[in-house]
Amino acid sequence: MTLTTKLLGSKAVAALTAPHGVDRYLEMFNPMWAATEVRARVVDIHRENPDAKGSAPVATLTLQPTSTWRGHRAGQYVQVGVELPGSARRLTRCFSISSAASLPGERFTLTIRANDEGPSGGQSVSSFLVNDARPGQMLHLSQADGDFTIHESAATPTNNHLVMISGGSGITPVMAQIRTLLRDGYDGRANRKVTFLHYARSEADQIFADELAEIAAGDNHVDVHLRYGDAMFSEFELRRLVPDFKNTDTWACGPGGLIELVRDAFGEENPRLRVEFFKPPTMSTGSATGAVSFVKAGATAENTGATLLEQAEALGLTPEFGCRMGICFSCVKTKTDGTVRNVLTGEESSLPDEEIRICVSSPVGDCSVDL
Amino acid sequence: MTITDIKPRNKKKSTVRASDPKNPNLTSEQLDAFGDELDDLRQRVLGKLGKEDADYIRMIVKRQQQFEIAGRALFYLPPVWPLAVAALSVSKILENMEIGHNVMHGQYDWMGDPKLNSRIYDWDTMAPGENWKYGHNYIHHTYTNILGKDRDIGYGILRMDEDQKWRPYYLGNPVYALLLMLLFEEGVAVHDLEVDRIVAGERTWEETKKVGKPILKKVGKQTLKDYVLFPALSGPFFLSTLAGNAVANVVRNIWTFNIIFCGHFPAGVATFTEEECENESRGHWYYRQLLGSANITGGKLFHIMSGNLSHQIEHHLFPDIPARRYPELSVEVQALCEKYGIEYNTGGLTHQLWTVAKKIVRLSLPTGKAKPQPAPVATSDETLAA
Repeated sequence: MTLTTKLLGSKAVAALTAPHGVDRYLEMFNPMWAATEVRARVVDIHRENPDAKGSAPVATLTLQPTSTWRGHRAGQYVQVGVELPGSARRLTRCFSISSAASLPGERFTLTIRANDEGPSGGQSVSSFLVNDARPGQMLHLSQADGDFTIHESAATPTNNHLVMISGGSGITPVMAQIRTLLRDGYDGRANRKVTFLHYARSEADQIFADELAEIAAGDNHVDVHLRYGDAMFSEFELRRLVPDFKNTDTWACGPGGLIELVRDAFGEENPRLRVEFFKPPTMSTGSATGAVSFVKAGATAENTGATLLEQAEALGLTPEFGCRMGICFSCVKTKTDGTVRNVLTGEESSLPDEEIRICVSSPVGDCSVDL
Repeated sequence: MTITDIKPRNKKKSTVRASDPKNPNLTSEQLDAFGDELDDLRQRVLGKLGKEDADYIRMIVKRQQQFEIAGRALFYLPPVWPLAVAALSVSKILENMEIGHNVMHGQYDWMGDPKLNSRIYDWDTMAPGENWKYGHNYIHHTYTNILGKDRDIGYGILRMDEDQKWRPYYLGNPVYALLLMLLFEEGVAVHDLEVDRIVAGERTWEETKKVGKPILKKVGKQTLKDYVLFPALSGPFFLSTLAGNAVANVVRNIWTFNIIFCGHFPAGVATFTEEECENESRGHWYYRQLLGSANITGGKLFHIMSGNLSHQIEHHLFPDIPARRYPELSVEVQALCEKYGIEYNTGGLTHQLWTVAKKIVRLSLPTGKAKPQPAPVATSDETLAA
């Protein structure tokens, strides 16, 4: 952290701009100046699978963050906020960081697969970033977050055998981990074994193929096992590669199906296994079915079709509310999952982690609210 | 009555009452239809929200910051002191009204920008946004002009309605109004303490502490910034900067007080009783908002400087729609008022202020029981019923 950053982030400067943040003023002069917020400029976009026909394009974006970036540990993700062209609404999505652990202010990369379309039918954030963003594009970021991380490094030498299992885009955080280990001194002489098992749809679909081949061939004790097409994860195969896998530190990242199989193999609540998986998008059925859960209260009930506020109250909860007609915003809560319908407009919305007014929102199918 | 019978009203006498809240001239079916039309209007405008609105509010924020920086900087040049005060006043007015008030209403929440989010934003006044949002967005906007519920009727200080019982205390009405105008910022800050209710023993110490703590904190921060840090930073010009900041705050106080008092207190604005609003329909809620608010006519710059609260009627009908849309909405709202025979209260700033001032003075004295209603015009309920 430079002296300027320290000064700008100080309480004295904050007292001068209160009640607003210092960043509200700094941004006026240069989007890369920040005291507390994190932003980044896209400096390079590299297409990972230019030849892949029929599968979604994947690209790696190199980001230059503001000096407020605190760095990241391999395996972490970052929230990216961006306004799509022609729209004024900022959309925020999480993406795994694909580059090796970064220090404060250092560049890092995101490797992103373009989804076909966004939840409301428009362009998705991932598709914009992969297909349309150009170097120079500014992005709003969070600090890196997530505990899908490794503790091994050249600085903390152990002889632990590490296992990485990934499927599809789940390779991204695992790649960051392997890149970090190799960069920080994992080599053949260290005799620290890493087994990396990855499942991809096809060989043409395989991103990082050249780098993976290089790692596999290198004198580094990292074994790379790539499986394509119909090959499914099986306990049998894992046991063949790592006989004592149940007692081996393992990181698994991929679609829900893969993670379920891996979990079954390791047994319930095996502390050696850390997982991260993508949330499958929930589809609206258009009727009052499913279950409503109020996460903080730990209450779940059958969806009655009434507004979330009424359903919460029916369960004996007392969430804050005001006008009960959608004008005062006293009752805003975060919907963590599912679809809600605005009872005033009939508009449905399935955005994850969306702020909703519970007095005018009724759930459509399964729905969870942070309440 | 039938709606088609309505003749064009005398536009000049804009505050003449065509609708009486005590005897709604609309049936409940008509109120429902009226509500549906306003709901439609609301949907149409919500559908149009987009880049234009985002660009507009960002442009206003940028201008406000430029005025603020210019104002703070010009205090280093004592000869242009009045210019510095003017720039800082404009900045504070823009920040409080077109930005602060409107952002904290959730008008720009759809943009997903934390800097323009109602839950995060706090404005450049002594009133903590969190307290104000409760008292204003919830109490005032939901129970607008319902006597005994809307604490913005007279702010617990003034007698602004005939139905507020007269006490000798109210002899000071004009003096209190003048003081409230000069100290409006402080007034809004302590408004949420509900001092009258503390005195009456209706509020527990615990409740008061909960509301009072953030007020103390915010007042402290604002005082530190405007009356200690910036004056100190200007070194030899400490006193002139201090005075300049104080004047800018008072200029903002006077301006916002006047705009806001023209919103609900000019002649012809109706108040309601709790019974009248029991189980009210959405249509009646709209109807009440319309009769309980008044607009001020003026040019584009005037509307911006008033945070478009010069369109108080549209603001009360659609409090969460970006205020820059109110001028275009007002055309359609007026057409609907014409169609349903509902009064649309609007007038120039001086005219509206004059009627407010008259009311403040008149109500300082005991008034008769019956509300002196303005003389009915050609379009009173009787003629409509013909």
